Amino acid sequence: MTDYSTYALRLGDDALILSQRLSWWSSRAPELEEDLALTNVALDLLGQARTLLASVGDEDELAFMRESREFLNLLIVERPNGDFAQTIARQLLFSTFQLARYEALVDHPDEAIAGTAAKAVKEVSYHCDHAANWTRRLGDGTEESRARIRDAIENLWPYTFEMLEHDSLEAELGVDPASLRERWEVEVGQTLEAAALGVPEDSGWRPGGGRRGVHDEDFGYLLAEMQSLHRAHPGARW
Amino acid sequence: MNADWPLWEVFVRARRGLSHQHVGSLHAPDAEMALRNARDLYTRRQEGISIWVIESARIHASSPGEKDPFFAPAADKAYRHPTFYEVPEGAEHL
Repeated sequence: MTDYSTYALRLGDDALILSQRLSWWSSRAPELEEDLALTNVALDLLGQARTLLASVGDEDELAFMRESREFLNLLIVERPNGDFAQTIARQLLFSTFQLARYEALVDHPDEAIAGTAAKAVKEVSYHCDHAANWTRRLGDGTEESRARIRDAIENLWPYTFEMLEHDSLEAELGVDPASLRERWEVEVGQTLEAAALGVPEDSGWRPGGGRRGVHDEDFGYLLAEMQSLHRAHPGARW
Repeated sequence: MNADWPLWEVFVRARRGLSHQHVGSLHAPDAEMALRNARDLYTRRQEGISIWVIESARIHASSPGEKDPFFAPAADKAYRHPTFYEVPEGAEHL
């Protein structure tokens, strides 16, 4: 597999797995309006995933027939939905990063990557706005909402290190991770400040491995749900 | 459903030159969220370029009981309709 393909798969898997997680909220969000907001985000991500996977190979084969070890998504996108605050915290931490990354890729030499990035920038800007808005509301809401969003940010914080870490592949492809990290820290910091939540302390625990295909136990259940229909009825349509 | 969230009426303008049209209603805690929710509910398929929201409670409506005094007097005044003009031949879209 070429470097470009590996990189497109990383981007595509991040979008695909987060989309799968978010689609669970369909019919379960606290309000009908929020139900649609979250599933809209899920659909945007699915669209991004499809373009990126299709640029690497057969999108159905890649989404439904790969094993856990072959998925290259970050651990943060596969974290369980938890309560609404956990989902919003995951959106805030990941979408802010995803937007900065897509903006950096708009002029990428690979057509599929640059094309997806250009289209996705507008979509993910809205995802960031949605997440930042809810983070502020929960942080500035009741005692309970405040406690929940604070716990959620603290629980997910260790997973941001894998997200912001870079490897030789990204360096070779011309993505500058240092500037991404700087921007992410400023933007997330501003939202947390507006929500009257501090930036969590680094506990030293930094789970990683998603980029090498090493995933959490929960990931197996996610794949089972996402893939079982296609595996039982290949090519099924509705 | 959260009973604390007020109802909002949503108006969407489809394109420049048209006026805002009522498209439906939704629940939201405040105007900012109402606009966002309206975006997600009513402009998913490129229906609009501008959204207005207004709390339903702020709208003053004529009551169905007043239907006759309000509207019936207009029924027999056909001369108010622009039907007494000769339409020039070849004029379309009048």
